[in-house]
Amino acid sequence: MDFSYSEEQQMLQESVQKFVMQKYDFYTRGDIIKTEAGYSAENWAMFAELGWLTVPFTEEDGGFGGKAVDLMVMMEEFGKGMLVEPYLSCAIMGGTLIADLGNEEQKGALIPQIMEGAMITAVAYAEQGSRFNSNNVSTSAVASGDDVVLNGAKTAVLGAPNAQTIIVSARESGAATDADGISLFLVDANAAGVSIKAYTTIDGRKAGEVTLTDVRVPATARLGAAGGAAAVLGAVIDRATLAVAAEAVGAMDSLLTKTVEYSKTRKQFGTAIGTFQALQHRMADMFIQCQLARSIVVRAAMILDSDEDAVSKARAVSSAKSRVGKAIRKVGQEAVQIHGGIGVTDELDVGHLFKRVTALDLMFGNAEYHLQRFASL
Amino acid sequence: MPSDGPIFETMGGLSAAEKLSSKRSIFAYQLTPLVLVLNPEKAVLSAEDRVPGARLPGRIEVNCEAIRRLCTIRAKFNVRLANSHSYDTHTTLCHRNRRQTVNADFTAEELAFQAEVREFLANEFPAELKQKVDKRIRLSKDEIVGWQKILYKKGWMAPNWPKEYGGTGWTPTQKYIFSTEMGLVGAPEPTPFGVTMVAPVIMAYGTEEQKQRFLPDILESNVWWCQGYSEPNAGSDLASLKTMAVRDGDDYIVNGNKTWNTYGQYADWIFCLVRTDNSVKKQEGISFLLIDMKSPGITLKPIVLLDGHAEVNEVFFDDVRVPAANLIGEENKGWTYAKVLLTHERTNIAGVPRGKRRLASLKRIAAETDDGFGGTMADNADFKAQLAEVEIELQALEYAELRTLAALSVGKAPGPESSILKIVGTELAQKMDEMTVELAGYNCLPFVPEQFEEGFEGEQMGPGSSAAAALSYFNNRKLSIFGGSNEVQRNIISKAVLGL
Ligand SMILES: Cc1cc2nc3c(=O)[nH]c(=O)nc-3n(C[C@H](O)[C@H](O)[C@H](O)COP(=O)(O)OP(=O)(O)OC[C@H]3O[C@@H](n4cnc5c(N)ncnc54)[C@H](O)[C@@H]3O)c2cc1C
Ligand SMILES: Cc1cc2nc3c(=O)[nH]c(=O)nc-3n(C[C@H](O)[C@H](O)[C@H](O)COP(=O)(O)OP(=O)(O)OC[C@H]3O[C@@H](n4cnc5c(N)ncnc54)[C@H](O)[C@@H]3O)c2cc1C
Repeated sequence: MDFSYSEEQQMLQESVQKFVMQKYDFYTRGDIIKTEAGYSAENWAMFAELGWLTVPFTEEDGGFGGKAVDLMVMMEEFGKGMLVEPYLSCAIMGGTLIADLGNEEQKGALIPQIMEGAMITAVAYAEQGSRFNSNNVSTSAVASGDDVVLNGAKTAVLGAPNAQTIIVSARESGAATDADGISLFLVDANAAGVSIKAYTTIDGRKAGEVTLTDVRVPATARLGAAGGAAAVLGAVIDRATLAVAAEAVGAMDSLLTKTVEYSKTRKQFGTAIGTFQALQHRMADMFIQCQLARSIVVRAAMILDSDEDAVSKARAVSSAKSRVGKAIRKVGQEAVQIHGGIGVTDELDVGHLFKRVTALDLMFGNAEYHLQRFASL
Repeated sequence: MPSDGPIFETMGGLSAAEKLSSKRSIFAYQLTPLVLVLNPEKAVLSAEDRVPGARLPGRIEVNCEAIRRLCTIRAKFNVRLANSHSYDTHTTLCHRNRRQTVNADFTAEELAFQAEVREFLANEFPAELKQKVDKRIRLSKDEIVGWQKILYKKGWMAPNWPKEYGGTGWTPTQKYIFSTEMGLVGAPEPTPFGVTMVAPVIMAYGTEEQKQRFLPDILESNVWWCQGYSEPNAGSDLASLKTMAVRDGDDYIVNGNKTWNTYGQYADWIFCLVRTDNSVKKQEGISFLLIDMKSPGITLKPIVLLDGHAEVNEVFFDDVRVPAANLIGEENKGWTYAKVLLTHERTNIAGVPRGKRRLASLKRIAAETDDGFGGTMADNADFKAQLAEVEIELQALEYAELRTLAALSVGKAPGPESSILKIVGTELAQKMDEMTVELAGYNCLPFVPEQFEEGFEGEQMGPGSSAAAALSYFNNRKLSIFGGSNEVQRNIISKAVLGL
């Protein structure tokens, strides 16, 4: 048994750490969020240069290896810096879907571009009624000659406002929650009939509501077999779920560190508030939560990289996301509480970390959802 | 409060047994951890209530004002007492014959009052305001003041003030009914800083002139007050505050820095704790000063909170001249006055009616929220369990509050037990925020605070007010921090109640 990182993983970790320290302080991040694009193209180019955009891809596809553990290592550091660049939506979700479902032609056209930072993708899978069930798809895909016509509305599409290509889930057959009948299509974000209502999320990213009105795409824009995308979509979402759980582990680590530091410097009643046992125990509990969260994420990452079957992998992801979600509430709320008034302001990074982890708890299903999914699998 | 009325003591459950056995108590109704003890030396039992004979056919109302008021509280303690009022007999009877009944019915008059409040709210609470509250759009200062003026016209602006100052003179039950009905329709309670916070201090410790000058404008909502206690380095440790007021002829000259002033941007006046003596124990050098916000030398710096709204401010005082006539009570006694205010602040914080309204709205939203598998969140076992848990907690909180009111109604200042209401009330509100976020799911991801402001003309994000869920969750983390943080409240319970 060995939980230590490989040399490559250590290098990856250090390179993200260095980037966050040198290029991504709290105020720089705030300025990036205020820009129209909501992310830094310069940073994105640097991600490409540093090879980070290759991490989700296998060596076969020209990538770093495509291991869940690698993603975990990187996302944890992203979490500490609260990065807003569309890494999750583009590289992990879009990239992995194309890698896992695309034909050689699609892969050849898109994956190198993604790795070079020249193509941003987003995945539109959620709908108003679907909650966290990616098999709940009402958006329709109807064949029309050599084309397919898409109609429907997608919600909470992370990275949509910056994407050139949006991967849309749509139903070719079956009832609203059937796994069979769901296809994925590569849709040009500028295609006629695509409208995107862009917004900034509570944790400083860009996302959008995507409406498709008679959007015509060639049948060759379909990823994989007609109506057969559900299983891979589910697996990619699970992988992304692990990634956000790892990101939350990093963000919680920052929350804990900053809270402990603050408690040592903030004085009330003539002494540092960190000397109050009432607060010490709470920070000790935060530490416990952080450790359990990290442990269960490591477990899930290892299972995703193993030969275990799909159900075991899904269970491992749900167990991690559920446990991390529980830790998120505790660590996030306590960090704010122990900071007192300054914790609820926009001025301090702690509040923003709290907002980030709150969003991460929601992403792909909150603690309660994954607890129930775990129990039902 | 009748000065010759009975005295109810509230005390911790542990010492209750001792006190009960003490010869001074003739009657005790024990509800752990609150114990109400009637002191016989001050109780007055009227002749007509004394039924001859040892056995009682029915119930006897103890005819003294305070007990009647206690009994008319919704959680009425209909006291069955034996007829004898002699001290020894009572002690004996009390031990032998403890069949006190508790009921929670309203009397006919109370029901009539409830109907009157409902009718008033139905007719007078502006539909436009109600709509905004329902859509979670922030009310403007004018709207808040406008609504308070409607309350004033009806004579209902100050339920907690004595009649002589223009208060309602209501019984605790009436106050309870009023705030419940207000909460249930979402009508905002008057902003607390004037009517609930500074006014009781002015009434208790102000001069006649100060009362004339300030109270009517508070009642009519002509003047908006804010609270200037906290400072950057004096939060939980409020007594360490440093803002200085130095006497100079008929004025004080104030220098320093207050912070977290809620709605300071709306305020005409600020009530401040200032340091007037540096040479004594920190609590003993503090004074209570009223300051006109228009005074030269005051500047405000807004502080944006996590929901994107600048609800609080930093307030800087730079050689601000304040007439000494604005000092409340004696110099260096401010801490005593402020503490009284703080406990009053605490009793209003349980927020049960608002909680009930939110619970109802959570149930409604759950029934409208798809679970993603063909059902709704109202059928989701885990969510149902959470709803049930909140409902049960609200019930317990409601009765804890009623029991505190019962103690208050007989003239006691709110005791340390009121910390329970603050802790549980705020944590319950925060729990409901979490549940609102859970229901909203992805719909609470958009950070578009502007859409909950008056006059927003952009495109609405998220169905209904779902995009407000996270904003409210973030903002309401304040509840366990301000008004004496929940840690400080627990310290109070440990020390003042449990004697640790
Ligand atoms: C079933 C059992 C088996 C045991 N087996 C062994 C054994 O094999 N060998 C052995 O040597 N001992 C053994 N112990 C003893 C055990 O280690 C002691 O019970 C333990 O150290 C606590 O001491 P105490 O019982 O005197 O409680 P106390 O030390 O009096 O503690 C009382 C309470 O105060 C709390 N407390 C104490 N100090 C602090 C502090 N600084 N801050 C906050 N809270 C505090 C404690 O956590 C506890 O809740 C055993 C005990 C039990 C119950
Ligand atoms: C939104 C908002 C509105 C406010 N409005 C007003 C207003 O209008 N007027 C006004 O005067 N003030 C206002 N306040 C200030 C509020 O009362 C203070 O924030 C509060 O007293 C806590 O002080 P602090 O923020 O400095 O935290 P600190 O006192 O620094 O506390 C930091 C942490 O330490 C804990 N702590 C402190 N002492 C102890 C102890 N002895 N034991 C255990 N734990 C302890 C606290 O509970 C907290 O968790 C407002 C605050 C907020 C957030």
